[in-house]
Amino acid sequence: MIDPSSVVGKAPPIERRVPFVVVGAGAAGVAAALEAVRAGVEVMLIDENPLDPDLMAMDVPHYFGQRMSLSARNRALMLERVIEANPGLGRADEAGVDVQLGVSVWGAFRNGPTQRELAGPVLGLANEERSWLVRYDRLLIAAGTRDVVLGFPGWQKAGVMGANGLASLTRHRVFAGRQLAVLGSGPLGLQTARQALEAGLEVVAVVEVTAELRGDPVETRRLADQGVRFYPSHTVQEASGRTGEVESVTLIRLDADLAPIAGSETEIACDTICLALGLAPNVELLALLGATLRFRSDLGGFVPETDGWLGTSAPGVFAAGDCTGVHEALVADDGVARGQGRLAGLGAALSLGAVDRARAEAVRTELGGVGARPSEPVHAYWRHWLRSSIRVGGLEVYACQCEEVTRRELIGVQPPRYLGWHSAGMSARGLGTLLRDGPINQDQIKRLTRAGMGPCQGRRCREQVALFLAEEAGVPVGQIPLPSFRAPVRPLSLQVLWPRDEPEAARDHWVSWFGIPTQFTPHWTSHVDASETTVFMGLGGESQHGGSSVEKQRELPGTGRG
Amino acid sequence: MPGAAVVVIGGGVTGLSAAWWLRRAGVDVLVLERDIVGWHASGRNGGGCTHIYSPFGLEEQKLWPQMDELLGYPTEHQPNRIRVALNEHQLTLFRRAGEIAAQRGFRTDFLSPKELKELVPIVGDNALGGTYTHYGGHANPQRTIQAYAWALQDLGGRLLQNTTVTGIQLRGGRVTGVETTRGPVGAEALVIAAGTQTGLLAAMVGARVPLAPARVEMIVTEPMPLMTRGGVDGNGLYGRQALRGNLIYGGGPHEWIDVGDMGAPELPTSPLTRNLARRLAELFPGAGHLRVIRSWAGAVENTPDGLPIVDRLASPDNVVVATMSSVGFGLSPAVGKAISELVIHGACRFADLGSVRLSRFADTPPDWRECQGWVPAPDRSALDLGVLEGSPAAG
Repeated sequence: MIDPSSVVGKAPPIERRVPFVVVGAGAAGVAAALEAVRAGVEVMLIDENPLDPDLMAMDVPHYFGQRMSLSARNRALMLERVIEANPGLGRADEAGVDVQLGVSVWGAFRNGPTQRELAGPVLGLANEERSWLVRYDRLLIAAGTRDVVLGFPGWQKAGVMGANGLASLTRHRVFAGRQLAVLGSGPLGLQTARQALEAGLEVVAVVEVTAELRGDPVETRRLADQGVRFYPSHTVQEASGRTGEVESVTLIRLDADLAPIAGSETEIACDTICLALGLAPNVELLALLGATLRFRSDLGGFVPETDGWLGTSAPGVFAAGDCTGVHEALVADDGVARGQGRLAGLGAALSLGAVDRARAEAVRTELGGVGARPSEPVHAYWRHWLRSSIRVGGLEVYACQCEEVTRRELIGVQPPRYLGWHSAGMSARGLGTLLRDGPINQDQIKRLTRAGMGPCQGRRCREQVALFLAEEAGVPVGQIPLPSFRAPVRPLSLQVLWPRDEPEAARDHWVSWFGIPTQFTPHWTSHVDASETTVFMGLGGESQHGGSSVEKQRELPGTGRG
Repeated sequence: MPGAAVVVIGGGVTGLSAAWWLRRAGVDVLVLERDIVGWHASGRNGGGCTHIYSPFGLEEQKLWPQMDELLGYPTEHQPNRIRVALNEHQLTLFRRAGEIAAQRGFRTDFLSPKELKELVPIVGDNALGGTYTHYGGHANPQRTIQAYAWALQDLGGRLLQNTTVTGIQLRGGRVTGVETTRGPVGAEALVIAAGTQTGLLAAMVGARVPLAPARVEMIVTEPMPLMTRGGVDGNGLYGRQALRGNLIYGGGPHEWIDVGDMGAPELPTSPLTRNLARRLAELFPGAGHLRVIRSWAGAVENTPDGLPIVDRLASPDNVVVATMSSVGFGLSPAVGKAISELVIHGACRFADLGSVRLSRFADTPPDWRECQGWVPAPDRSALDLGVLEGSPAAG
């Protein structure tokens, strides 16, 4: 028997094996599922809507800002609304796709040089009750985007949220606010304002840091005619409210150098401040799978490298839709995402041998170029917002809300306040001294400051921390490497992750550390007694195989304790 | 050629602690690190400081309470540990551990289920009791590693990150320097403390250091209210509640891996996250609702007997090799001190290093991992067919 305390023989049980799994039932995911199922491929389409209300309260997966109404907790109602709001789900179901709703994908695992025991590539899935594993032959990640969040004084108050969060809540009619200030006047900001008006909400301001408004002038005019007031050359001075809830936003006018003009403050009553500055591709599953990612500011940040069928560098893994790159021109038009979904679905079907190459090539030609059209670099615009906010709000603003890390603590690379640590040496340290030891490593900064280490898993701070570090270090943001993503990419409880399918071998042969009988033997004892060897680290390993290993070691020359 | 009196290969806890102790003694020292400090096992472990069984254990216990002050940076060291027994066998083991610890003057209190629950409110009715050790403790590995690095720099020691060693220069039977991706670095003495790559580096000076690398995993929950004692183990898990409130726990099966060159191994986590979650919820039923927000994997290396190798080579005699055999973080204050004494005086003055000499493996066969049943023996028929050699599946 090979080392019974190792992973050998303990491969986790796989509940199902599916030829083609599609993650995300947006425009791209639905189109891919339909394309593949029509080619005769068995398809599972997974979508996490209706969302777990407890995750929504943690701003996962979108920045919801605690603006969910109580109905969001009514699962049956939400299921109805999710189906009603996304006609693609019904179409996929009718076409024979196995549509799994309310299921999140929290992990993606495959064998590699240091992980060889899996039966095959698997996804970790979960609903609100349990978790399980599904094996795929081909996988499409169509995971969409995340809200890009740039803080300002008071952004930790309930009522500050993101455009994706607002769109999700209004789409499912569970938005609890009434008066909205929108930050960002580009296509995303205008669409957010438009959807808010259509949902019967009041849009009290659309704020833009630049002197020029950024969106379609016709739509801007139309919104203005409907009473929406635009504030170019403004930034947020503060979100105010007495009870931890947003009650008003104070804007301040900026000069040409983004410096605030004293006396130009305007306080506007509102219950919600919606960040509509941009979106970031959701690449965490692709990162877990080891797909090559590269920085493309015109596509929102790090995006997967893909081939002519939208295959990534990870074997059998495709990517389509906004997670392959997004910009504001795509916001109002899901045609690109749909085309990408079809192409990826076709690519998966082709690689499974379900369609012949000539037909696949013909459809690909008909689809034409489906890549996201390159647009303007977006990070420079985000840096404008950040700079204005630093000039107006200073450094005592949180960079990371979960861990309550201020901008000053971030650039000082200071330990968390709860340690109460003060020393001259520590005060003399900062990003500047750290940079002398090597280029910025966000994982190192996370470790030291804890920014990005909280329950929202960095969703509300990844971009602003990277931008802030780039600003302070004086380097392009593309030079700041992506911090690591780690499973579970949805925060799931111990009870939900609990493997009800745990194999007996994993249960019975569990040791806290390696199970090498001599490893924890007190050095002053002269003999090895197998029953005592794990006294110091044998914290309840059920495995009682220590004795035989001792015998084995004694037989082997040169491995006894010398 | 730029250089230092002592070059340390490996910016993990062992190498950095050694460098810091050397610098405290006035030695000109330079640490070379392939990635960033503590990027591998040193920054990815349970943070335990409870290794009284080790020859370095007494010094470990003496030093930890002083480390914050000695380093000048926070380590988050917290004293003492609690162990939770979920069955009679574990109670017996803990009792025995208490007796053995007492032989060295360490005190252990036995806890009734009620006393245990008062100290650790998240344990459940399945806990039969436990022990409270008035020794040991835990610290934050990631903060500690940086503390070593910064303390070293404050004393004038040097650190070069993102620098891979590609060769070692020998002249007249002694090491004279190392080749790196940033050019040659001169050295009058060398310390090799490079974790999983220690064996590869030692081989460059003709020393055979038998090491088996492995991948291990841990999970992290969201924070919960701080308990008065954070170092609580049991149910086959080791770990701690960090001062932020997160539960950070590991344990269970390891995966033996191969490290063929000086590159950093890929370290994915696996669905073991779920098994760890179950174990943790069994240990702490009152925390079953906590959400797991991260997992991580790290690579550690083990010697055939699981004990460290901390030794100065006979030849070349200006080289010290150090591997902690997968248990290095807690012992690092003491081991670094031992290494500095080996470099400066040729011997450790506070501990008997007889049990951690390299010579005990002089006769260990090259295929010792297979002999011990850690990894399967190569399939001879496949070898005969020439399938393994040169194929991507080899190694």
